[in-house]
Amino acid sequence: MSPDLPDMHRHQHDHRAVPSDPALRVKALESLLVEKGLVDRAALDALVDAYENKIGPRNGARVVARAWSDPAYKQRLLSDADAAIAEMGYGGFQGEHMVVVENLAKVHNLVVCTLCSCYPWAVLGLPPVWYKSAPYRSRAVIDPRGVLREFGLELPVDAEVRVWDSTAEVRYLVLPERPAGTEAMNEEELAALVTRDAMVGARKVSVLKARSAG
Amino acid sequence: MNGIHDMGGMHGMGPIVEEKNEPVFHEGWEGRIFAMNLAMGAWRKWNLDASRHSRELIPPAEYLRMSYYEKWIAGLIALMVKAGLVRGDEIESGTAAVGSTKAVPAVNPQQALARIATGLPAKRNVDLPARFKVGQRVRTRNVHPLGHTRLPRYARGRFGTINRDHGVFVFPDTNAHFLGEQPQRVYSVCFAARELWGAQAGEKDSVYVDLWDDYLEPA
Repeated sequence: MSPDLPDMHRHQHDHRAVPSDPALRVKALESLLVEKGLVDRAALDALVDAYENKIGPRNGARVVARAWSDPAYKQRLLSDADAAIAEMGYGGFQGEHMVVVENLAKVHNLVVCTLCSCYPWAVLGLPPVWYKSAPYRSRAVIDPRGVLREFGLELPVDAEVRVWDSTAEVRYLVLPERPAGTEAMNEEELAALVTRDAMVGARKVSVLKARSAG
Repeated sequence: MNGIHDMGGMHGMGPIVEEKNEPVFHEGWEGRIFAMNLAMGAWRKWNLDASRHSRELIPPAEYLRMSYYEKWIAGLIALMVKAGLVRGDEIESGTAAVGSTKAVPAVNPQQALARIATGLPAKRNVDLPARFKVGQRVRTRNVHPLGHTRLPRYARGRFGTINRDHGVFVFPDTNAHFLGEQPQRVYSVCFAARELWGAQAGEKDSVYVDLWDDYLEPA
Protein backbone atom coordinates (compact mmCIF):
# COMPACT_ATOMS: atom_id res chain seq x y z
CA MET A 1 0.00 0.00 0.00
CA SER A 2 2.71 2.43 0.97
CA PRO A 3 5.88 2.70 -1.08
CA ASP A 4 7.71 3.91 2.03
CA LEU A 5 7.84 0.71 3.96
CA PRO A 6 9.96 -1.39 1.65
CA ASP A 7 12.38 1.55 1.46
CA MET A 8 12.52 1.82 5.17
CA HIS A 9 13.25 -1.84 5.63
CA ARG A 10 16.00 -1.77 3.07
CA HIS A 11 17.56 1.05 5.04
CA GLN A 12 17.11 -0.82 8.27
CA HIS A 13 19.36 -3.59 7.02
CA ASP A 14 22.01 -1.26 5.69
CA HIS A 15 24.17 -1.22 8.77
CA ARG A 16 26.65 1.26 7.38
CA ALA A 17 23.96 3.87 7.04
CA VAL A 18 21.52 3.29 9.86
CA PRO A 19 22.30 1.52 13.11
CA SER A 20 19.91 -1.35 13.79
CA ASP A 21 19.99 -0.74 17.53
CA PRO A 22 16.73 1.10 18.23
CA ALA A 23 18.42 3.33 20.81
CA LEU A 24 20.85 4.62 18.19
CA ARG A 25 18.18 4.88 15.51
CA VAL A 26 15.89 6.90 17.76
CA LYS A 27 18.75 9.15 18.82
CA ALA A 28 19.63 9.81 15.18
CA LEU A 29 15.98 10.43 14.34
CA GLU A 30 15.56 12.89 17.20
CA SER A 31 18.67 14.82 16.11
CA LEU A 32 17.36 14.98 12.54
CA LEU A 33 13.91 16.20 13.60
CA VAL A 34 15.43 18.83 15.90
CA GLU A 35 17.79 19.95 13.13
CA LYS A 36 14.84 20.31 10.76
CA GLY A 37 12.88 22.30 13.32
CA LEU A 38 10.16 19.64 13.49
CA VAL A 39 10.42 18.88 17.20
CA ASP A 40 11.51 20.76 20.29
CA ARG A 41 13.53 18.56 22.67
CA ALA A 42 11.94 20.28 25.67
CA ALA A 43 8.48 19.28 24.39
CA LEU A 44 9.63 15.65 24.19
CA ASP A 45 11.00 15.89 27.75
CA ALA A 46 7.64 17.27 28.93
CA LEU A 47 5.67 14.48 27.26
CA VAL A 48 7.91 11.74 28.68
CA ASP A 49 7.67 13.31 32.13
CA ALA A 50 3.87 13.54 31.91
CA TYR A 51 3.47 9.82 31.19
CA GLU A 52 6.23 8.68 33.56
CA ASN A 53 5.16 10.77 36.51
CA LYS A 54 1.66 12.23 36.19
CA ILE A 55 -0.67 10.20 34.00
CA GLY A 56 -0.92 6.69 35.42
CA PRO A 57 -3.16 4.12 37.13
CA ARG A 58 -3.35 6.14 40.34
CA ASN A 59 -5.77 8.41 38.43
CA GLY A 60 -8.11 5.52 37.71
CA ALA A 61 -7.72 4.19 41.26
CA ARG A 62 -9.00 7.50 42.66
CA VAL A 63 -12.00 7.35 40.34
CA VAL A 64 -12.78 3.81 41.52
CA ALA A 65 -12.34 4.71 45.20
CA ARG A 66 -14.71 7.67 44.78
CA ALA A 67 -17.29 5.42 43.12
CA TRP A 68 -17.01 2.92 45.98
CA SER A 69 -17.44 5.68 48.56
CA ASP A 70 -20.10 7.83 46.94
CA PRO A 71 -23.16 6.09 45.40
CA ALA A 72 -24.25 9.24 43.56
CA TYR A 73 -20.80 9.56 41.98
CA LYS A 74 -20.92 5.90 40.98
CA GLN A 75 -24.22 6.47 39.19
CA ARG A 76 -22.77 9.44 37.32
CA LEU A 77 -19.67 7.43 36.45
CA LEU A 78 -21.71 4.58 34.99
CA SER A 79 -24.11 6.83 33.09
CA ASP A 80 -21.73 9.59 31.90
CA ALA A 81 -18.14 8.54 32.48
CA ASP A 82 -16.56 11.51 30.66
CA ALA A 83 -18.22 14.05 32.94
CA ALA A 84 -17.65 12.02 36.11
CA ILE A 85 -13.97 11.47 35.32
CA ALA A 86 -13.58 15.16 34.47
CA GLU A 87 -14.96 15.97 37.94
CA MET A 88 -11.84 14.29 39.33
CA GLY A 89 -9.64 16.39 37.05
CA TYR A 90 -8.77 13.65 34.55
CA GLY A 91 -9.34 13.35 30.84
CA GLY A 92 -7.62 14.14 27.58
CA PHE A 93 -5.65 12.05 25.14
CA GLN A 94 -6.88 8.45 24.82
CA GLY A 95 -9.58 9.07 27.37
CA GLU A 96 -11.76 11.50 25.41
CA HIS A 97 -14.71 9.09 25.23
CA MET A 98 -14.91 6.83 28.25
CA VAL A 99 -17.29 4.07 29.28
CA VAL A 100 -17.07 2.46 32.72
CA VAL A 101 -18.30 -1.13 33.09
CA GLU A 102 -19.10 -2.56 36.50
CA ASN A 103 -18.04 -5.93 37.85
CA LEU A 104 -20.72 -7.68 39.90
CA ALA A 105 -20.86 -10.95 41.82
CA LYS A 106 -21.79 -12.82 38.62
CA VAL A 107 -20.53 -10.43 35.94
CA HIS A 108 -16.86 -10.01 35.10
CA ASN A 109 -15.61 -7.50 32.52
CA LEU A 110 -12.30 -7.71 30.65
CA VAL A 111 -10.89 -5.03 28.31
CA VAL A 112 -8.70 -5.68 25.27
CA CYS A 113 -7.79 -4.14 21.93
CA THR A 114 -7.32 -6.96 19.44
CA LEU A 115 -6.43 -4.64 16.51
CA CYS A 116 -3.70 -2.54 18.15
CA SER A 117 -3.34 -1.69 21.83
CA CYS A 118 -5.99 0.94 22.60
CA TYR A 119 -6.10 1.67 26.32
CA PRO A 120 -7.54 4.45 28.50
CA TRP A 121 -4.31 6.44 28.89
CA ALA A 122 -6.01 9.33 30.67
CA VAL A 123 -6.95 7.18 33.65
CA LEU A 124 -4.49 4.26 33.50
CA GLY A 125 -1.42 5.75 31.82
CA LEU A 126 0.40 3.76 29.15
CA PRO A 127 -0.37 0.04 28.94
CA PRO A 128 1.93 -2.68 30.28
CA VAL A 129 3.76 -4.92 27.79
CA TRP A 130 1.43 -7.89 28.41
CA TYR A 131 -1.63 -5.84 27.35
CA LYS A 132 0.11 -4.93 24.06
CA SER A 133 1.40 -8.45 23.45
CA ALA A 134 0.19 -10.89 20.80
CA PRO A 135 -0.74 -13.56 23.39
CA TYR A 136 -3.17 -11.25 25.20
CA ARG A 137 -4.59 -9.57 22.10
CA SER A 138 -5.21 -12.89 20.36
CA ARG A 139 -6.70 -14.84 23.27
CA ALA A 140 -8.71 -12.39 25.34
CA VAL A 141 -11.69 -12.62 22.96
CA ILE A 142 -11.64 -16.36 22.22
CA ASP A 143 -10.60 -17.66 25.64
CA PRO A 144 -11.16 -15.00 28.30
CA ARG A 145 -11.55 -17.58 31.05
CA GLY A 146 -8.22 -19.15 30.13
CA VAL A 147 -6.58 -15.72 30.12
CA LEU A 148 -8.05 -14.89 33.53
CA ARG A 149 -6.85 -18.25 34.86
CA GLU A 150 -3.30 -17.23 33.87
CA PHE A 151 -3.78 -14.15 36.02
CA GLY A 152 -4.87 -16.41 38.88
CA LEU A 153 -8.58 -15.73 38.59
CA GLU A 154 -10.84 -18.78 38.26
CA LEU A 155 -14.38 -17.64 37.50
CA PRO A 156 -17.38 -19.82 38.38
CA VAL A 157 -19.18 -21.46 35.44
CA ASP A 158 -22.37 -19.53 36.17
CA ALA A 159 -20.62 -16.16 36.04
CA GLU A 160 -20.95 -14.08 32.89
CA VAL A 161 -17.77 -12.86 31.20
CA ARG A 162 -18.05 -9.71 29.10
CA VAL A 163 -15.05 -8.90 26.93
CA TRP A 164 -14.82 -5.35 25.56
CA ASP A 165 -12.78 -5.09 22.35
CA SER A 166 -11.72 -1.43 22.01
CA THR A 167 -12.15 -1.23 18.23
CA ALA A 168 -13.32 2.41 18.12
CA GLU A 169 -12.34 5.59 20.02
CA VAL A 170 -14.29 4.62 23.13
CA ARG A 171 -12.02 3.59 26.00
CA TYR A 172 -13.16 1.22 28.72
CA LEU A 173 -12.43 1.20 32.44
CA VAL A 174 -13.57 -1.65 34.68
CA LEU A 175 -15.12 -0.68 38.00
CA PRO A 176 -14.01 -3.61 40.17
CA GLU A 177 -16.05 -5.02 43.02
CA ARG A 178 -15.27 -3.45 46.36
CA PRO A 179 -13.71 -6.18 48.48
CA ALA A 180 -15.26 -7.27 51.77
CA GLY A 181 -13.58 -5.96 54.89
CA THR A 182 -13.04 -2.46 53.53
CA GLU A 183 -16.15 -0.89 55.05
CA ALA A 184 -14.17 1.30 57.44
CA MET A 185 -11.69 2.55 54.86
CA ASN A 186 -11.66 6.10 53.57
CA GLU A 187 -11.27 7.03 49.91
CA GLU A 188 -7.51 7.34 50.06
CA GLU A 189 -7.11 3.93 51.71
CA LEU A 190 -9.45 2.40 49.13
CA ALA A 191 -7.54 3.97 46.22
CA ALA A 192 -4.37 2.32 47.51
CA LEU A 193 -6.00 -1.11 47.07
CA VAL A 194 -7.02 -0.60 43.46
CA THR A 195 -4.58 -2.03 40.92
CA ARG A 196 -4.14 -1.34 37.24
CA ASP A 197 -4.87 -4.97 36.40
CA ALA A 198 -8.20 -4.81 38.28
CA MET A 199 -9.23 -1.79 36.21
CA VAL A 200 -8.48 -3.74 33.00
CA GLY A 201 -10.44 -6.66 34.44
CA ALA A 202 -7.50 -9.07 34.57
CA ARG A 203 -7.71 -9.39 38.36
CA LYS A 204 -10.01 -8.60 41.25
CA VAL A 205 -9.15 -6.16 43.99
CA SER A 206 -7.85 -7.99 47.02
CA VAL A 207 -7.22 -6.55 50.46
CA LEU A 208 -4.57 -9.13 51.36
CA LYS A 209 -2.62 -8.78 48.15
CA ALA A 210 -2.45 -5.01 48.41
CA ARG A 211 -1.17 -5.25 51.99
CA SER A 212 1.50 -7.82 51.19
CA ALA A 213 2.60 -5.82 48.15
CA GLY A 214 3.15 -3.04 50.55
CA MET B 1 -6.78 -5.19 5.55
CA ASN B 2 -6.59 -8.78 6.70
CA GLY B 3 -3.25 -8.12 8.39
CA ILE B 4 -1.31 -9.71 11.20
CA HIS B 5 -2.44 -6.86 13.49
CA ASP B 6 -5.98 -8.32 13.47
CA MET B 7 -5.16 -10.93 16.11
CA GLY B 8 -8.43 -11.65 17.86
CA GLY B 9 -8.98 -15.42 18.04
CA MET B 10 -5.54 -16.52 16.81
CA HIS B 11 -3.80 -19.45 18.48
CA GLY B 12 -0.14 -20.18 19.09
CA MET B 13 1.05 -16.82 20.40
CA GLY B 14 2.21 -18.34 23.70
CA PRO B 15 1.58 -17.53 27.35
CA ILE B 16 0.92 -14.04 28.67
CA VAL B 17 4.11 -12.80 30.29
CA GLU B 18 3.73 -10.33 33.13
CA GLU B 19 6.50 -8.19 34.50
CA LYS B 20 6.55 -7.18 38.13
CA ASN B 21 7.11 -3.48 38.83
CA GLU B 22 7.19 -2.71 35.14
CA PRO B 23 8.50 0.78 34.29
CA VAL B 24 6.50 3.03 31.95
CA PHE B 25 9.40 2.99 29.49
CA HIS B 26 12.00 0.22 29.64
CA GLU B 27 14.69 2.29 27.97
CA GLY B 28 15.12 5.95 27.27
CA TRP B 29 14.56 5.56 23.53
CA GLU B 30 11.05 4.18 24.09
CA GLY B 31 9.99 7.42 25.76
CA ARG B 32 11.69 9.50 23.06
CA ILE B 33 9.98 7.74 20.12
CA PHE B 34 6.66 7.80 21.98
CA ALA B 35 6.99 11.55 22.53
CA MET B 36 8.16 12.14 18.95
CA ASN B 37 5.02 10.42 17.66
CA LEU B 38 2.85 12.70 19.81
CA ALA B 39 4.78 15.86 18.98
CA MET B 40 4.90 15.16 15.24
CA GLY B 41 1.14 14.61 15.21
CA ALA B 42 0.77 18.31 15.96
CA TRP B 43 1.85 19.13 12.38
CA ARG B 44 -1.52 17.67 11.33
CA LYS B 45 -0.04 15.98 8.29
CA TRP B 46 -1.81 12.77 9.29
CA ASN B 47 -4.38 11.59 11.82
CA LEU B 48 -4.76 8.89 14.45
CA ASP B 49 -6.25 6.44 11.95
CA ALA B 50 -3.43 6.99 9.46
CA SER B 51 -0.84 6.43 12.19
CA ARG B 52 -2.50 3.15 13.21
CA HIS B 53 -2.59 2.10 9.57
CA SER B 54 1.09 2.88 9.07
CA ARG B 55 1.90 0.35 11.79
CA GLU B 56 -0.46 -2.20 10.23
CA LEU B 57 1.54 -1.94 7.01
CA ILE B 58 4.66 -3.33 8.67
CA PRO B 59 5.19 -6.74 6.99
CA PRO B 60 3.78 -9.57 9.16
CA ALA B 61 7.07 -11.27 10.07
CA GLU B 62 8.56 -7.91 11.09
CA TYR B 63 5.42 -6.96 12.97
CA LEU B 64 5.66 -10.07 15.15
CA ARG B 65 9.37 -9.64 15.73
CA MET B 66 9.28 -5.96 16.64
CA SER B 67 8.53 -4.64 20.10
CA TYR B 68 5.67 -2.16 20.49
CA TYR B 69 7.89 0.90 20.36
CA GLU B 70 9.96 -0.46 17.47
CA LYS B 71 6.67 -0.43 15.55
CA TRP B 72 6.29 3.22 16.57
CA ILE B 73 9.69 3.98 15.00
CA ALA B 74 8.73 2.28 11.74
CA GLY B 75 5.26 3.83 11.69
CA LEU B 76 6.49 7.36 12.34
CA ILE B 77 9.22 7.20 9.70
CA ALA B 78 6.73 5.93 7.10
CA LEU B 79 4.28 8.73 7.94
CA MET B 80 6.89 11.47 7.86
CA VAL B 81 8.39 10.35 4.56
CA LYS B 82 4.99 9.97 2.95
CA ALA B 83 3.95 13.42 4.19
CA GLY B 84 7.16 14.94 2.85
CA LEU B 85 8.33 16.17 6.26
CA VAL B 86 11.58 14.23 5.94
CA ARG B 87 13.22 12.41 3.07
CA GLY B 88 14.43 8.83 2.98
CA ASP B 89 18.02 9.96 2.43
CA GLU B 90 17.80 12.20 5.49
CA ILE B 91 16.66 9.26 7.64
CA GLU B 92 19.57 7.28 6.24
CA SER B 93 22.22 9.94 6.80
CA GLY B 94 20.75 11.34 10.03
CA THR B 95 21.25 14.92 8.82
CA ALA B 96 19.04 17.37 7.01
CA ALA B 97 19.56 17.53 3.25
CA VAL B 98 21.41 20.58 1.95
CA GLY B 99 18.94 23.30 1.10
CA SER B 100 15.99 21.60 2.84
CA THR B 101 13.61 23.99 4.53
CA LYS B 102 13.51 24.31 8.26
CA ALA B 103 10.05 24.08 9.78
CA VAL B 104 9.15 26.60 12.45
CA PRO B 105 8.04 26.57 15.10
CA ALA B 106 7.74 23.08 16.57
CA VAL B 107 5.28 22.59 19.44
CA ASN B 108 6.76 23.84 22.69
CA PRO B 109 6.38 22.03 26.04
CA GLN B 110 3.28 24.00 27.06
CA GLN B 111 1.58 23.31 23.74
CA ALA B 112 2.53 19.62 23.91
CA LEU B 113 1.02 19.27 27.39
CA ALA B 114 -2.07 21.24 26.40
CA ARG B 115 -2.51 18.88 23.48
CA ILE B 116 -2.64 15.76 25.67
CA ALA B 117 -4.80 17.52 28.26
CA THR B 118 -7.39 18.42 25.62
CA GLY B 119 -7.05 15.19 23.71
CA LEU B 120 -8.15 14.59 20.17
CA PRO B 121 -11.87 13.89 20.36
CA ALA B 122 -13.08 11.70 17.50
CA LYS B 123 -16.74 12.38 18.26
CA ARG B 124 -18.43 14.79 15.85
CA ASN B 125 -21.36 17.00 16.65
CA VAL B 126 -23.34 15.95 13.58
CA ASP B 127 -27.02 15.20 13.78
CA LEU B 128 -27.32 11.87 12.02
CA PRO B 129 -30.34 9.64 12.56
CA ALA B 130 -29.57 6.31 14.20
CA ARG B 131 -29.99 3.42 11.78
CA PHE B 132 -30.24 0.98 14.67
CA LYS B 133 -31.87 1.06 18.09
CA VAL B 134 -30.57 -0.36 21.33
CA GLY B 135 -31.78 -3.96 21.57
CA GLN B 136 -32.02 -4.40 17.80
CA ARG B 137 -30.51 -7.48 16.15
CA VAL B 138 -27.90 -6.74 13.51
CA ARG B 139 -25.50 -8.64 11.33
CA THR B 140 -21.98 -7.45 10.56
CA ARG B 141 -21.04 -7.29 6.92
CA ASN B 142 -18.76 -9.93 5.51
CA VAL B 143 -16.27 -7.55 3.94
CA HIS B 144 -12.51 -7.72 3.44
CA PRO B 145 -11.29 -4.23 2.56
CA LEU B 146 -7.67 -3.87 1.45
CA GLY B 147 -7.27 -0.66 3.40
CA HIS B 148 -7.71 0.27 7.04
CA THR B 149 -10.77 -0.99 8.89
CA ARG B 150 -11.78 -1.48 12.52
CA LEU B 151 -14.10 -4.41 11.89
CA PRO B 152 -12.08 -7.37 13.17
CA ARG B 153 -12.14 -10.56 11.11
CA TYR B 154 -13.57 -12.62 13.95
CA ALA B 155 -16.66 -10.40 14.03
CA ARG B 156 -17.50 -10.35 10.31
CA GLY B 157 -20.77 -11.89 9.08
CA ARG B 158 -21.94 -12.44 12.68
CA PHE B 159 -25.22 -11.74 14.43
CA GLY B 160 -25.25 -9.45 17.43
CA THR B 161 -27.41 -7.02 19.38
CA ILE B 162 -27.03 -3.25 19.67
CA ASN B 163 -26.03 -2.67 23.28
CA ARG B 164 -25.35 1.06 23.26
CA ASP B 165 -25.31 3.98 20.84
CA HIS B 166 -22.02 5.86 21.36
CA GLY B 167 -22.89 8.76 19.04
CA VAL B 168 -21.29 10.00 15.83
CA PHE B 169 -17.56 9.51 15.21
CA VAL B 170 -14.94 9.93 12.50
CA PHE B 171 -14.92 6.90 10.17
CA PRO B 172 -11.44 5.29 10.23
CA ASP B 173 -11.83 3.43 6.93
CA THR B 174 -11.81 6.72 5.00
CA ASN B 175 -9.94 8.95 7.44
CA ALA B 176 -6.86 6.69 7.51
CA HIS B 177 -6.55 7.18 3.75
CA PHE B 178 -7.16 10.94 3.84
CA LEU B 179 -10.55 10.47 2.17
CA GLY B 180 -12.38 12.57 4.72
CA GLU B 181 -13.84 12.01 8.17
CA GLN B 182 -17.24 10.91 6.86
CA PRO B 183 -18.67 10.78 10.40
CA GLN B 184 -21.17 8.07 11.25
CA ARG B 185 -22.67 6.41 14.27
CA VAL B 186 -20.75 3.93 16.41
CA TYR B 187 -22.56 1.28 18.42
CA SER B 188 -21.42 -1.18 21.02
CA VAL B 189 -22.57 -4.50 19.56
CA CYS B 190 -22.91 -7.50 21.85
CA PHE B 191 -22.06 -10.89 20.37
CA ALA B 192 -22.75 -14.11 22.25
CA ALA B 193 -19.37 -15.81 22.65
CA ARG B 194 -20.88 -18.94 21.06
CA GLU B 195 -21.95 -16.96 17.98
CA LEU B 196 -18.27 -16.09 17.46
CA TRP B 197 -16.49 -19.21 18.68
CA GLY B 198 -19.01 -22.05 18.77
CA ALA B 199 -19.80 -24.48 21.54
CA GLN B 200 -16.34 -24.28 23.13
CA ALA B 201 -17.16 -20.79 24.41
CA GLY B 202 -18.90 -20.09 27.71
CA GLU B 203 -22.67 -20.22 27.39
CA LYS B 204 -23.20 -16.93 29.21
CA ASP B 205 -20.14 -15.13 27.89
CA SER B 206 -20.15 -12.34 25.34
CA VAL B 207 -17.84 -10.06 23.40
CA TYR B 208 -18.71 -6.38 22.88
CA VAL B 209 -17.28 -4.74 19.79
CA ASP B 210 -17.58 -1.04 18.88
CA LEU B 211 -18.75 -0.85 15.28
CA TRP B 212 -19.61 1.88 12.79
CA ASP B 213 -22.88 2.07 10.85
CA ASP B 214 -21.22 0.98 7.60
CA TYR B 215 -20.12 -2.31 9.19
CA LEU B 216 -23.70 -3.29 10.03
CA GLU B 217 -26.89 -4.39 8.36
CA PRO B 218 -30.28 -5.22 9.88
CA ALA B 219 -30.61 -8.88 10.84
